[in-house]
Amino acid sequence: MSPPTEPGEIDALIAQVARLPGLGPRSARRLVLHLVRRRAQVLDPLARALARVAEAARECSLCGNISTSEICPICTDPRRASGEICVVEEVSDLWAMERGGAFCGRYHVLGGTLSALDAIGPEDLRIPALVNRVRDEGISEVILALNATVDGQTTAHYIAEMLEPCGVRVSALAQGVPMGGELDYLDDGTIGAALRARKTL
Amino acid sequence: MRCYVQSLTLAQFRSHARARVLADGRPVALFGPNGAGKTNLLEAVSMLSPGRGLRRAGADDLARRPAGLGWKIRAEVQGSDGTHEIETAAPPGQSRSVRIDGKLTPQLALGRVLAMLWLTPAMDRLWTEGAEGRRRFLDRMVMSFLPDHAEAVLTYERAMRERNRLLRDQIGDDAWYGALEHQMSESGAQITANRRTALLALAEATTGAQTAFPAAELSLTGPDDSPQPDTVADLRAALAEGRRRDMAAGRSLSGPHRADLGAVYAAKGQPAALCSTGEQKALLISMVLANARALMARRGLAPVLLLDEVAAHLDADRRAALYDEVLALDVQAWMTGTGQELFAGTGHRLQGLRVTQAEGISAIEEKELP
Ligand SMILES: Nc1ncnc2c1ncn2[C@@H]1O[C@H](COP(=O)(O)OP(=O)(O)OP(=O)(O)O)[C@@H](O)[C@H]1O
Ligand SMILES: [Mg+2]
Ligand SMILES: [Zn+2]
Repeated sequence: MSPPTEPGEIDALIAQVARLPGLGPRSARRLVLHLVRRRAQVLDPLARALARVAEAARECSLCGNISTSEICPICTDPRRASGEICVVEEVSDLWAMERGGAFCGRYHVLGGTLSALDAIGPEDLRIPALVNRVRDEGISEVILALNATVDGQTTAHYIAEMLEPCGVRVSALAQGVPMGGELDYLDDGTIGAALRARKTL
Repeated sequence: MRCYVQSLTLAQFRSHARARVLADGRPVALFGPNGAGKTNLLEAVSMLSPGRGLRRAGADDLARRPAGLGWKIRAEVQGSDGTHEIETAAPPGQSRSVRIDGKLTPQLALGRVLAMLWLTPAMDRLWTEGAEGRRRFLDRMVMSFLPDHAEAVLTYERAMRERNRLLRDQIGDDAWYGALEHQMSESGAQITANRRTALLALAEATTGAQTAFPAAELSLTGPDDSPQPDTVADLRAALAEGRRRDMAAGRSLSGPHRADLGAVYAAKGQPAALCSTGEQKALLISMVLANARALMARRGLAPVLLLDEVAAHLDADRRAALYDEVLALDVQAWMTGTGQELFAGTGHRLQGLRVTQAEGISAIEEKELP
């Protein structure tokens, strides 16, 4: 007897899972099999968690972080009002910084970098919002934690220029650490060291 | 330090379905009829350095047709810091990857293992054609002295492409230009400084050298011999001032991407472009040999030389002198010619390899030279 070839619900799930970053068809099959074999312990709680996140996940209207509230926990926590804002490209960079716990201020997620070739301009990033925050929140220092790529550094210089009239200190993470590599791939100690060795632009 | 390729294994590369060459460090003489696959082999060696190799081909053009299986090159090389295993390959439709000692690395890392320079028949017109070819030739020489040069060039070019797009889209955001020009001026000034360092090293290795090849007086100029901004501050100012003009042109008109390499046949005071075909070739050979001498003096390492059809345009005396000088320099030069008589008199001093081709597939065998 040959196995059924009709793509059923499970096949559809496998196909969905296989599209996730870091997974392929083989690992997707293994994962789905694991789920259906352990319904009560794994599948049901996971399904409920997914449904809740699907319902509630949103971008923080202040910093661009992703959480389940209108304003994320970092922006609501008064202990994080240190007067410092760390600017990152992506939410994954913010989470990588948090993982290390080396930074106790707040963040600002740009959502990318300036790239004329990819038609991404300042208005496509959250740069105007950053300038407003610096003015409104009594910020004393903006730390740019952008990648050591040409686009990342262009964005850093651009932001420094836009913040010039605010008279705020603008610094950048110590360069030379990420070799075209994103913050996400650095270990916690390296992030902390890069933060301590930041330079004023 | 002698740097050379010890072994080379090709799979599905151009006309070579499978080929393996064991080199013992002597200069290599490849001979065989037209179309045998000699230049293809040199091209394979050139893929052990960063970039697109000596034909500037795309990854897919390198795969043997009609098979279309992609290609792979493996090599053991004696590099500047010991032996390394290099593997570079491209599956169909993908760009090439590089592994050094099994570890996936950016292409630029190849420049730190081996210094490599080449001359091809296409470069016979280098002095009479556009400045781009001369810049590329110059930058390859610079890279042999300063491997980090490649990184400055990549940064500069990326920032310039971004700026050119802003210019073409008629975008007027001064801060955006400023951010790009900041990077262009820093990498650009570095590029110019590196080029000057290399030209100085070449000049040092040219004066008083014992060589049968004519000395070239080299200079770095701007387009139409105009002076070019050198320092970070000057370049930055020139770019900022030039925005309006550049917007009209749709591209950046000042910077090291517009520099040119000037050469004068020193003994005659004649610009290279006005020299005879053979003299122009001799100047190029003289520069490559000077580069090898300078590299020995400065970094204590020998480059690998790829000299495709170097015997063409050279009379018998010059040919013999070239082989003698290559041997005296103790560099691994890979040289090609159609017949073994072009290497007559070298005997066992060169490693002879005969390249043949049957039904579109090349074969290589070791062969003693006359
Ligand atoms: N991708 C490819 N697949 C298969 N064959 C190829 C490919 N690219 C080039 N060739 C063939 O390889 C052959 C050998 O080329 P090569 O340039 O190495 O010859 P050569 O020995 O240097 O000859 P010459 O003495 O004329 O310079 C040519 O006939 C060419 O058609
Ligand atoms: Mg050839
Ligand atoms: Zn927030």
